[in-house]
Amino acid sequence: MEGAGAANPQSINHREPSDREIFNLALVMGDNCLILGQQISQWAGHAPILEEDIAQANIALDLIGQAQYWLGLAGEIEGLKSEAAPASNVKGRSAGPRSADDLAFLREPHEFRNFRLAEIPNGDYAHTLMRQFLFDNWHFHMLQILSQTPCMPVRDIAGKALKEVTYHLQRSSDLVIGLGDGSDESHQRMQGALDHFWPYTCELCDPRWGVDLELWGLGDSAALNLKANWDAYLARVMIKATLVIPERAPLVAGLRPGTHTEHLGYILADMQLLQRAHPGASW
Amino acid sequence: MYAQMVKTEADRVKTLAEMDECERVFQERVDRGVKIEPKDWMPDGYRKTLIRQISQHAHSEIVGQLPEGNWISRAPTLQRKVILLAKVQDEAGHGLYLYGAAETLGVSRDELTAQLLSGRAKYSSIFNYPTLSWADMGAIGWLVDGAAIMNQVPLQRCSYGPYARAMIKVCKEESFHQRQGFDIMMSLCRGSAAQKAMAQDALDRWWAPSLMMFGPPDEHSVHSAQSKAWKIKINGNDELRHKFVDQTVPQAKLLGLEIPDPDLRWNEARGSYDIGQIDWEEFFQVVGGNGPCNRERLAARNKAHEDGAWFRDGLMAHADKTKARQQSQGEAA
Amino acid sequence: MSNWPLWEIFIRGEHGLAHRHVGSLHAVDAGQALMNARDVYTRRHEGLSIWVVKAGDITASAPGDKDALFEPANDKVYRHPSFYDIPDDAGAM
Repeated sequence: MEGAGAANPQSINHREPSDREIFNLALVMGDNCLILGQQISQWAGHAPILEEDIAQANIALDLIGQAQYWLGLAGEIEGLKSEAAPASNVKGRSAGPRSADDLAFLREPHEFRNFRLAEIPNGDYAHTLMRQFLFDNWHFHMLQILSQTPCMPVRDIAGKALKEVTYHLQRSSDLVIGLGDGSDESHQRMQGALDHFWPYTCELCDPRWGVDLELWGLGDSAALNLKANWDAYLARVMIKATLVIPERAPLVAGLRPGTHTEHLGYILADMQLLQRAHPGASW
Repeated sequence: MYAQMVKTEADRVKTLAEMDECERVFQERVDRGVKIEPKDWMPDGYRKTLIRQISQHAHSEIVGQLPEGNWISRAPTLQRKVILLAKVQDEAGHGLYLYGAAETLGVSRDELTAQLLSGRAKYSSIFNYPTLSWADMGAIGWLVDGAAIMNQVPLQRCSYGPYARAMIKVCKEESFHQRQGFDIMMSLCRGSAAQKAMAQDALDRWWAPSLMMFGPPDEHSVHSAQSKAWKIKINGNDELRHKFVDQTVPQAKLLGLEIPDPDLRWNEARGSYDIGQIDWEEFFQVVGGNGPCNRERLAARNKAHEDGAWFRDGLMAHADKTKARQQSQGEAA
Repeated sequence: MSNWPLWEIFIRGEHGLAHRHVGSLHAVDAGQALMNARDVYTRRHEGLSIWVVKAGDITASAPGDKDALFEPANDKVYRHPSFYDIPDDAGAM
């Protein structure tokens, strides 16, 4: 790993996160894992080399597994108190708290809390790897913060996920470096992919996007740490990869939870097909 | 089976008396159950047949990712999604183990891949059928993996060490594949009328192709006889096919599904089911490239390979650069 | 087109046995071979430690040398516990 810096636990939390805040955080984490896992699972059988088919599937399995935990937590928290989020009255869903499956398969696009970065199509393998790296860099540093929060259910999931994501980041960093500093063609493709995704990275560490890091037990500078750690790690990898970080401005609209690209509708249409076509069926 | 109708280049099986010294020592080792290892002397025909058989088996695993991979994105629950993805991933892994076994015989994976992509090499006929509904994931696991296991379990005892060891790993890992398929079928059959209809439709479409997987009757085939003498084929095609039918018919009853064969009857004398005529013309058409999905499957593999060339070259270029840098640093120091 | 080199993979499981050959794979260098080995050969948590060796770097004994290398050991029956005739009264040994 490129010496990812540890988050800095320098102060205590001000107050306990509310159920609604836990619910929202679990959706942000779970939806990102779910949508990205859904997308990269599409490489099964189509990757550039057999070893890569297998490795890519491992990452997808980890992410969808994490989505099950996070969305499970969201449903549990929501079930505790009606304060969390109003359960949308979806046809075919049984009464009671929503399960991870209910949340994955029976929500509308505007209810999803993943970053737009996760829903941009796979593109070529360079796009898939660059998107993965940019996400892993956020995911790793975010989980470092969450794995130290006093909020136990969040901390438990984050601690488990962090082990997996440490490997994800190591792998995607190695590949970005290898391909950036590889052949002329691989360099060009990776630079193109970085340019392509760059505008979407604005959401990753921005507190306006819906995750208030001050809540998670690390005090005022936590949010700043996330961004600083993300930037510092990115810079180290890109130097080794001989890739240039674009100066392009981020996207204007969208620093608001629930903002999506047009791609999400298609992803959900595909993913939710059977649950929507056979309301209430068990599988 | 995953390897169907593998040619041996034999026109008849030689007796020990007809063999030269090397060949006789080899055959006696095989007869005694001693494993043949990569550096041991082996008849040219044995080597060539094994390469053909193992690579066909490997290609089948690789192409076999596609029909199921098709439904990963649409799996109806998160649990079904991870199970299916893990299964497809296992198929890639099994292809990799098998290519590794073939590589011990002096052929590279790249060469074998080129044979697959150009259409020169065969893979199992079964993967040239389309997956039309979620129930096909159940039917494939239950029937196709069920049929594959019948053949793979005895191959764990085959004469070639690396192949036998690869099969041991494959069988160990595949034990959940058939179960997850049957489990999908059970859920569908206990579900709504629409779900049950989906399950019956899948059985209707996959039954005959599954029976064809075992290959045409081979009791008079010289290739099968030679392969059996070499212990790289353990059972006859019809023998395994009947075993499969006998095992599967009661399972279909348990599910409440009907086997799509009006001639299916219990034969008291044989203690086994009689089945209707198999359409071998269809089988030969599918093997010959005219199945419903042959073109799509090969096109998908070719696309993956061509689109991935820059990736494979790029990482190789990086490894070469890194090595050169280390060397020049070493010289400077 | 560049073909990736072949690596042989050895894994030590959690039960204290020595590294065992599990198979092979392709990778551009040792680092990538380790990563790929982790993904390919430990999907079911089979291993705690991985060795990778470039296939071409392994020197193997030739089957023709088998007698010279291994036959002498057959004479050393005293290396096997059943060589010694111990009275039952001596108990477990």
